[in-house]
Amino acid sequence: MNTVADIPLTSDADERPPVARRGAWRGVAGLRRLAVRLASLLLFLLLWQAASDNKFHFVINFTFVPPPTAVAAAAVDFVESPKAPHHVLNSIRRVLVGFGLAALVAIPLGLVIGRSRLVEDIVMTPLEIMRPIPGVAWIPLAILMFPSAEQSMIFICLIGALFPILLSTIHGVEHLDRKLVHASQTLGAKDRHVFAEVILPGAFPSILTGLTIGMGTSWFLVVTAEMVAGRFGIGYFTWEAYTLQNYPDIVVGMLVIGLLGMTSSMLLRVLGARLMPWRRHLLLAR
Amino acid sequence: MRAGNIRLEEVTLAFGSGRGAVIALDKLSFSVSAGEFVAILGPSGCGKSSLIGTIAGFQSPHAGKLLVDGQVVTEPGSDRGVVFQQPTLFPWKTVRQNIDFGLRMRGVARRERDRILDEILEEVGLTEFGHHYPTQLSGGMQQRVGLARVLVNRPRVMLMDEPFGALDAQTRLMMQELLLDVWNEYRMTILFVTHDIDEAVFLASRVAVLTRRPGRLKTVIDVPIPRPRKLDVLVSPEFMRLKKTCLALVREETLDALGRPPHPDHPRDAHREAQHQEHDPLVATSGVEAS
Repeated sequence: MNTVADIPLTSDADERPPVARRGAWRGVAGLRRLAVRLASLLLFLLLWQAASDNKFHFVINFTFVPPPTAVAAAAVDFVESPKAPHHVLNSIRRVLVGFGLAALVAIPLGLVIGRSRLVEDIVMTPLEIMRPIPGVAWIPLAILMFPSAEQSMIFICLIGALFPILLSTIHGVEHLDRKLVHASQTLGAKDRHVFAEVILPGAFPSILTGLTIGMGTSWFLVVTAEMVAGRFGIGYFTWEAYTLQNYPDIVVGMLVIGLLGMTSSMLLRVLGARLMPWRRHLLLAR
Repeated sequence: MRAGNIRLEEVTLAFGSGRGAVIALDKLSFSVSAGEFVAILGPSGCGKSSLIGTIAGFQSPHAGKLLVDGQVVTEPGSDRGVVFQQPTLFPWKTVRQNIDFGLRMRGVARRERDRILDEILEEVGLTEFGHHYPTQLSGGMQQRVGLARVLVNRPRVMLMDEPFGALDAQTRLMMQELLLDVWNEYRMTILFVTHDIDEAVFLASRVAVLTRRPGRLKTVIDVPIPRPRKLDVLVSPEFMRLKKTCLALVREETLDALGRPPHPDHPRDAHREAQHQEHDPLVATSGVEAS
């Protein structure tokens, strides 16, 4: 029998997608870029310090804005204080529970809505009415709806994450290449195989996008809810610093919130790369 | 017993309904016998892909009968393998997992699957790429996976929808030779849609030329070039003669499709008038036969 093992396998190298930009900072050019970036960061901090020290006041008032040095000192105090983990862990828990419940509801629901017009017609109308309402607007009602502030804050996180995840999941299912479904059917796949092996993995990149957006919304809302209703949590800490006129702590709180949001989206990316090895080069190149 | 007879009886296929309806195939009748290699040639948009999709079972004919080995086609199945124009591999599966899919669906035992995978990967020259993902392969390699994925199911019929259309000329020639080797070994029925006349004549035993949309059978040309066919066939006088015939036929249809001035005595143009007036192509075309 003839084989094609002797066919020269040309052109496989040049048609490959760009691999992850590993080592983007290597070499002389890389060092120069790194230097420019560090210099820019340093300049930003210097300008901030100068503005605070000189109480710059033209449209923007820097009188009460603590300089970077004061923020750094406050950050060290915060890290050493026994209350810091309490604040941070409370916020993390609220986000994780709210976000996790949202994902548990939204992903299966989105998969079914994407496949069934009937379910879409039944479920989507009330959801479409609630969708344009921003999560923050839910805060007063949520406080009334739940026996404890804790539960209402978790509910707010849930509401915020629900719609991005749901809509991305529906989008992922509906925009899946129909040919892939056809291909699996001509290979003998029945409905449940099509669902588990084609639709779910096919929608996964879009689901991950929804999770990332939902995670961002959850953080945004937990901070707001804590400012209104919390007794602990990083949002509460930040607002408390304002009311106690402890200004450097405001900026510390802001930085911690930013750090938490960044870490959680990074974790999602790592999770995505783990669950989608076929897209690893795309995910990690970001 | 494996067979692979395909029989179309006045198959009509339409998309949409009412005024917006488009007829893809209009009372198309023809038969392909088991183990035959038939190419379907026609101008773009003549319903060639719709024909493949109908036999595959993705859509049911609007009217008429479609039989594979005497059975009415109702749904897709692994007895009718499809190789698409785009390789349509599962991006989340490696080369091996892609090919393995059909075997798993059929419940083949693990050990047996591994053996079959090794064998087919060697046959299509991808042994070293079993654990690569499709995006890591070139177009030609991807299409070889697409072919292997269908072959492991040992289909009675292989439906190919311009499978090599997106490949560069060099790769296409290699794939054509590979396909002839494969067909020689497996002897399944192949229905090969293409708009490339060289490809149709080089590969097929018969070339069915379709009219412009709505697709009807214009004519069928026998290709008596002996097998096995090697690349030098492409410059033989016999090949040239057949190519010329096909070229003339396709050109006629393409000119029509581009809106050659209508000729009232021409039956097709008369039909075009009728279609225009009735606003319902389904009604308008029924009973009107092309030249």
